Amino acid sequence: MQRIGVFVCHCGSNIAATVDVKKVVEVIRSEPGVVHAEDYQYMCSEAGQERIAIAVKEHKLTGIVVCSCSPRMHETTFRKAAERAGLNPYMVEIANIREHCSWIHKDINEGTEKAVILARAAVAKVNLNTPLYPGESRVTKRALVIGGGIAGIQTALDIADAGYEVDIVEKTPSIGGIMSQLDKTFPTLDCSACILTPKMVDAAAHEKIKLYTYSEVEKVSGFVGDFTVDIRKKARYVDADKCTGCGLCQEKCPSKKTPSEFNRGLGNRSAIYTPFAQAIPNVPVIDTDACIKFKTGKCGLCQKVCAAGAIDYTQKDEIVTEKYGAIVVATGFDTIKLDNYDEYAYNQSKDVITSLELERVMNAAGPTHGHLERLSDGKAPKEIVFIQCVGSRCSDDRGKPYCSKICCMYTAKHAMLIRDKYPDVNVTVFYIDVRTPGKNFDEFYRRAVEQYGVNYVKGQVGKVIPQPNGKLLVQGSDLLDNKQILKEADMVVLATAIEPNKDVRKIATMLTASIDTNNFLTEAHAKLRPVESPTAGIFLSGVCQGPKDIPETVSQAGAAAIKVVGLLAKDKLMTNPCTAHADELLCNGCSTCANVCPYGAISYEDKQVNDHGIRETRRIAVVNNALCQGCGACTVACPSGAMDLQGFSNRQILAEVDAICR
Amino acid sequence: MQELITRAKELLENGTVARVLGWKIGDLPYNPEPAFFETAESLDKFVYNGFCGANLSKYMIEASKLEGKTLVCLKPCDTYSFNQLLTEHRVDRDKAYIIGVGCKGKLDVEKIKKTGIKGIVSISGAEADSACDTLEIDTLYGKKSCAYGDAMLERCHVCKGKEHKIYDELIGESRDTADKERFAEVEMIEAMSPEEKFAFFQKELSKCIRCNACRNVCPACSCRKCVFDSNKFDSAQKANVDSFEEKMFHIIRAFHVAGRCTDCGECSRVCPQGIPLHLFNRKFIKDIDELYGDYTAGAEAGSLAPLTDFKMDDAEPSIVNERG
Repeated sequence: MQRIGVFVCHCGSNIAATVDVKKVVEVIRSEPGVVHAEDYQYMCSEAGQERIAIAVKEHKLTGIVVCSCSPRMHETTFRKAAERAGLNPYMVEIANIREHCSWIHKDINEGTEKAVILARAAVAKVNLNTPLYPGESRVTKRALVIGGGIAGIQTALDIADAGYEVDIVEKTPSIGGIMSQLDKTFPTLDCSACILTPKMVDAAAHEKIKLYTYSEVEKVSGFVGDFTVDIRKKARYVDADKCTGCGLCQEKCPSKKTPSEFNRGLGNRSAIYTPFAQAIPNVPVIDTDACIKFKTGKCGLCQKVCAAGAIDYTQKDEIVTEKYGAIVVATGFDTIKLDNYDEYAYNQSKDVITSLELERVMNAAGPTHGHLERLSDGKAPKEIVFIQCVGSRCSDDRGKPYCSKICCMYTAKHAMLIRDKYPDVNVTVFYIDVRTPGKNFDEFYRRAVEQYGVNYVKGQVGKVIPQPNGKLLVQGSDLLDNKQILKEADMVVLATAIEPNKDVRKIATMLTASIDTNNFLTEAHAKLRPVESPTAGIFLSGVCQGPKDIPETVSQAGAAAIKVVGLLAKDKLMTNPCTAHADELLCNGCSTCANVCPYGAISYEDKQVNDHGIRETRRIAVVNNALCQGCGACTVACPSGAMDLQGFSNRQILAEVDAICR
Repeated sequence: MQELITRAKELLENGTVARVLGWKIGDLPYNPEPAFFETAESLDKFVYNGFCGANLSKYMIEASKLEGKTLVCLKPCDTYSFNQLLTEHRVDRDKAYIIGVGCKGKLDVEKIKKTGIKGIVSISGAEADSACDTLEIDTLYGKKSCAYGDAMLERCHVCKGKEHKIYDELIGESRDTADKERFAEVEMIEAMSPEEKFAFFQKELSKCIRCNACRNVCPACSCRKCVFDSNKFDSAQKANVDSFEEKMFHIIRAFHVAGRCTDCGECSRVCPQGIPLHLFNRKFIKDIDELYGDYTAGAEAGSLAPLTDFKMDDAEPSIVNERG
């Protein structure tokens, strides 16, 4: 029989205001196994932890229940306190009477009743707890960064500067990401390429950084400290070692009608191409869908003109297998498709464009060489309307429920830049709210209004109607003046919502990293562990975790890097002892557990068993404790109940259920 | 049937198989029972007719541990069960010599009795070789007759088809017997209010006497030790409480076989209380089909069941939750 001590925390008034903690102490005393119970203001404080240590000694406790906040908050704290007092840390259970109880109840009687029940369940579990001992696993001192945008580049640079090897896998032919497509950046208006390209060069030149561009992560196995990753290096059909980057192949390529991804489809590129002039590596790739040689077997002009002899039509995709200790997801974002927003006539008129397309139009290297012009007829616009929140903050399922965060600022930037360069152009911005928290952000927005005379109208646009004269009739409302507005515009720019890159689901699945309903990767803790995934060894950098601007992305990238460095600096990791194991006499050998195991931790062996005198060879599940992460999927899938999880055994869980239902 | 016996004798005598798993004549004209035959002579008692409903695939679990091959007679629907057991590594393909036997629909004597026919002495028309559309029944009270279709097991009215999914050789003809919508009964229950559903299942499950026939016959219920019998889970005592049958047993069993049940219908066939147990399993099958695309357990050995597999286009949990 265990000797259990129960410690009930007030959490100031967080718990004590809605739970009668004295009563919980009183009631729980009579539970089987409980030899001591007390309450205290803040159990997590040093004094609180000291009380646990004293009680362990005084009452010869073998198990501890702390009724407090979520175990995600302080389970480790109390486990460590128990360990210092001489107990096995896994003899501690937390009854979450804050998040699961006091915070969601208003009535003190209800709250108290539930707190007692939760405490009772935890006591029932501790009665069946056994000491558990973690093992050790090694750490591969190398990190993988998935995504080569500013987030991935910054993370890689920071990890590499700390002295660790890091690889960047980027699926497009060049690193740089969306930032490389931007013209100027808020709130300082410096040129995006000017600040980004040096970082790209740094990354490429860094002796600790290896770039896998035009490559994709294909398979991930293993666990924190010891991941094995298959990377598919897609065939470039250009030998990177021979190519001098002279660009002659692209110049001579006769197939020049493919919409340029870099220019958001506003211009064309050749079949053999580098996405943009400062691309890194400066080695082109052949788009086999557009290449005449690949489609018809004829042509081969690029090979003929290449003095370096770098063109190789026989190149094949290559799979590289590498080991990593940590993986950073920096897969970034894209703008949403506008198919659900027909009212803005995006698909009907070339003069309705997204803000990202406007970046390309305003960029000197863009399709119009930086001249602001209508894409339909090349004429200079006189009247431009910006529409905010297209697909953002959307209450139905047409768009996204969240705020894309960057649009208010980039629209102020666009409006300001246009008014600065073309003072004769009228700029009107339709907005729901203007959101400018951030250093020098509100000042920036006010400059657009006060100094540059941008016309901000609070209200939404209902419809954009292309007119026979080529103009766009914008129907909107002005909520402040309470009137309808009809405006003829030459160009309409949509602040299109951003969403996580579409590949993130595939990558999250490979990494068993969780994602939310909007496909943003979930943090281990929204406030206290914002750059870590709940999956150990997986870190988050940039917009894959949530909308952010460049300074925030760079800060988060650095934060992710330091977390990676903290992990790689360790020689060994303690493994979670809460792993699964199969009862040999109950196991049917049916493979169900292996089918559901996300970590590939289960294999089968033919084992000699003695089942109450029957000796026979049986196919039995064997769990690799180093791979098992204790998720418990196998234990629920196992039809015979042979699979069990240390620390969360079927008996323990049923004892908790029994205690709750009593 | 004679062709089957001749072939079985031949395979026994030439040493291809060490025994034959089939059905032997029972003590009544309508209750042949599963049996192993180890000699050619013993095969005189072998029978295969419309009353041989028993699915023999589960016996192959034990037979797989024996020396030599076992000739096993499997009807088309039984082959799904055999495949599922293969998928779960419960039977050894190399230990089985499968003769796919033809099937013209299997009979349920209870259905014959329900038509008012009593004191059955003999039945003709149920033979495997020449199954007729009408059964001629000699009773203590004179000659009676009953349409074959009216005497068929429920499962044969929703037959999965004549095709054997796995076999070494085929003997005998099959016929299409499906004449009902497979999920009609499930849909009827789905249309009920929660109270009506509860009342329906209470009424049906309260008949249960916990004879465990459903569990013992079920090819998916092949655990070495059933969780209800194991003292490892502190659940054995609970399982012994009277109300357990009504409230938990069959529902837990349905969850345990979900995604693995081939809808062979043995549970309902053997239930002495006539509980339509297949309804639970069929509801799961319908849900799985609707949420994850059509899937038939056992149609292909080694296939991954939707519940133990992950695909990018799987139904999201929210969709599953919304359905209730």
